Amino acid sequence: MDMVEEMTAVLETRGLLKRFGGVTPTNNVSIQVEKGARRALIGPNGAGKTTLINLLTGVLDPTAGTIWLDGKDITSLSQHQRVRRGIVRTFQINQLFSELTPLQSLALTVSTQLGISAQWWQRLGADRRVAPMCETLLKQFHLDDVSEQKVLHLPYGKRRLLEIATALACRPRVLLLDEPVAGVPEGDRQEIFDIINELPADVSVLLIEHDMDLVFNFAKSVTVLVNGSVFAQGDVQSISNDPRVKSVYLGEGESTYE
Amino acid sequence: MPRTEGNAAAGLRRDVRWRWWEVLLLPIFVLTWVLVPTQALLFNEIAILALFALSLDLILGYAGIVSLGHAAFFGFGAYTAALFAKFVMQDPLVGLAVAVAAAALLGAVCSLTVLRGSDLTRLMVTLGVASILYELANKLDWLTGGADGLQGVVMGPLRTPLGSFDFDLYGRTAYGYTLTVLIVCLVLCRRLVKSPFGWSLQAARDNRLRAASIGLSVNARLMAVYTVAAAIAGASGALLAQTSGFASLDVFDFHRSAEVMLVLVIGGTGYLYGGIFGAIAFKLLHDLISTWTPQYWNFWLGLFLVVLVLTGRERFIRPWTWWKR
Amino acid sequence: MLTLLFDGIAYGMLLFVLAVGLAVTLGLMNFINLAHGAFAMAGGYITVLLMNRLGVPFVACLPLAFLGAALIGALMEPLLYRRLYGRPHLDQVLFSIGLVFMSVTAVDYFVGSMQQNIQLPAWLRGRFDLDWIGIGKYRLFIIIVCGLLTVALQWLLSRTRFGSQLRASVDDPRVAGGLGLNVNRIFLTTFAFGSGLAGLGGALGAEVLGLDPNFPLKFMIYFLIVVSVGGTTTITGPLLAALVLGVADVAGKYYVPKLGAFIVYALMIAILMVRPQGLFARSGGGK
Repeated sequence: MDMVEEMTAVLETRGLLKRFGGVTPTNNVSIQVEKGARRALIGPNGAGKTTLINLLTGVLDPTAGTIWLDGKDITSLSQHQRVRRGIVRTFQINQLFSELTPLQSLALTVSTQLGISAQWWQRLGADRRVAPMCETLLKQFHLDDVSEQKVLHLPYGKRRLLEIATALACRPRVLLLDEPVAGVPEGDRQEIFDIINELPADVSVLLIEHDMDLVFNFAKSVTVLVNGSVFAQGDVQSISNDPRVKSVYLGEGESTYE
Repeated sequence: MPRTEGNAAAGLRRDVRWRWWEVLLLPIFVLTWVLVPTQALLFNEIAILALFALSLDLILGYAGIVSLGHAAFFGFGAYTAALFAKFVMQDPLVGLAVAVAAAALLGAVCSLTVLRGSDLTRLMVTLGVASILYELANKLDWLTGGADGLQGVVMGPLRTPLGSFDFDLYGRTAYGYTLTVLIVCLVLCRRLVKSPFGWSLQAARDNRLRAASIGLSVNARLMAVYTVAAAIAGASGALLAQTSGFASLDVFDFHRSAEVMLVLVIGGTGYLYGGIFGAIAFKLLHDLISTWTPQYWNFWLGLFLVVLVLTGRERFIRPWTWWKR
Repeated sequence: MLTLLFDGIAYGMLLFVLAVGLAVTLGLMNFINLAHGAFAMAGGYITVLLMNRLGVPFVACLPLAFLGAALIGALMEPLLYRRLYGRPHLDQVLFSIGLVFMSVTAVDYFVGSMQQNIQLPAWLRGRFDLDWIGIGKYRLFIIIVCGLLTVALQWLLSRTRFGSQLRASVDDPRVAGGLGLNVNRIFLTTFAFGSGLAGLGGALGAEVLGLDPNFPLKFMIYFLIVVSVGGTTTITGPLLAALVLGVADVAGKYYVPKLGAFIVYALMIAILMVRPQGLFARSGGGK
């Protein structure tokens, strides 16, 4: 769609390259994510999707190339600085605070977002804005019945919900979701996607997902990554009809993954 | 369910509530000062050790930094206070303030060393810093008295709003002084650990990656808490120097770092009162075993450590949970 | 000055032999064993007792010291240490400190706290005094023995099957176990061997470093420096770290005696701050 190319990209990479120990999981990737995007990042296993997210969020440093947010170079910013600018991600394997409760985790996240996380004199939640925001998130993600149990005691499904709730508590401008519904029972998946769909239109979402139904239901545009490089990009209809993409997934043609 | 606040607000408020045994502690402490003046010297030692262990709890229990050199700050505070009293001014409160500031400064500088690396790296740098200070104190004997220690530290009267108290031989003033400092620090630390800052420390200890991913600058926080812990450790060292009248090299010794770690572990890490309970238990244990075998106390201490770890630290801490579970 | 270098190298080689067991234990079982020095002390005291009470010649004591310490290690690993793999490092630190205290006081109780002296055999006493360097015979002996040991270790690791099994287990114990390697047996053998080397080092070092019940505490920090600066993934890392440490310590004590060990500690802290994983560790490793 021409409209997509005309909009200013809110998140952009230029020639992003990551190489270590003889493998190149990210090979000269240049993508633009437009404002309000609903983009899926797909590709076979080992294509480098999670690595790309790690590079975008600062968990990994690139070997070469740059990353831009709102036209500013953020390549040298640390993880937490990028979160402050609005780039938030979820992890494919839950990364939670196991000794904290969902309420405490969200309260801390919200406090950080409000800029009051360095306060040492007031108790957590003394600021009146914190509790209502936590309450909303807990209800939205069906966590209010377990809100005061330690995370390590929670079942997997609840933990996954908390993972996503935590990301949303950061009030993202760009949300990077790494297989958000992995391990979540079928029936609950759509609900999670409904919540993501309800995000404000100016939040840009980049989503790694293997479930094609969900991709087609949710995404408006798709980037296909193979062997660390961008293989194809476009709106969801043309990608789904693209025979090259089909062959990559079915294993015909080149197949040198991992 | 309260109507005026949501569940979340109520839950967060509940976290900060004073528990019944916490409320009892203050009167109990005061009672020990009032009722048992003959044991004031012993209680003073326990209180100093408790304060020292409290400071370690901040970095070990809350921030998760394994330090084998916390005595560096204890000793630095001790020598600063002793030198201050000897050469500048004998007012104990001013000396305490100076020692705390000095230890905080040292802590801020040293905090740069514990930000990166594995547990072993941190162990090594903390050990290294304490060893350096030991060597310095040893070699700069024209200032510190070297291996003989710094003798003849005489304190002036303690000037408080309640009146002026002289340090007496029975230690009542000393104990009251130490106890007040301990209580003040305890209250301050309690506020600290229940605050967003305190929770961010625990979160960073729990999952550093996650902490960074919600926007927390972990390094800055570690530096801040390390500085605070150093300041409190410095206060406990200063109290030791001021109430005992001298400072010697063993304030920097490895034994002291290991001992305070043990005290904290006995009492339990991460809930702030472990230092107090651990100090009481440790001193009692020490006195008991020392009367029986004074020379080989370290052997039994070592055995205790080995058994403690093998059976699991969690079994020993918080005895009131033994029948709750 | 060259004499200092020579002495420093001897000291460094000795430190290497003493510390290499600790490096392997840490790299293999991820266990911080602060009690490693106790095994060295055991080797030293075995040597002293054999020489002074039974008249065993010095050189014969060396393998006996190795075996004795190795035996102690082989007993303690399955009984005690093995239960603590995977425990938080704090637990391991507390446990090994406890062992140190116990061993230090036990030795003090049974043998007394005076420094023990060894009468070196005549052919090891004295020095070759050349114009440009003074070569102590005993220090030369140390260098040769430790050098041979290092070569043997390197050969063991890279050329034998046990060596590759060990390296595999260090790289990833779970995968190694999954591949059918008897990880427990590898741990036991390695621990015993490392302890034995420490014992041998203790025997060799009794004359040079001084042997008294406080040995494990006095030298603990040196072993740890070798391991943390040298890294645990190679043999050459700790070796180089030990040599640097040895030379720095000897030179420091000679040129700036007022500062003493200060320089060594400061250097270590500086190195660890810049490269927390050690000077020679392979980068790109895990978290």
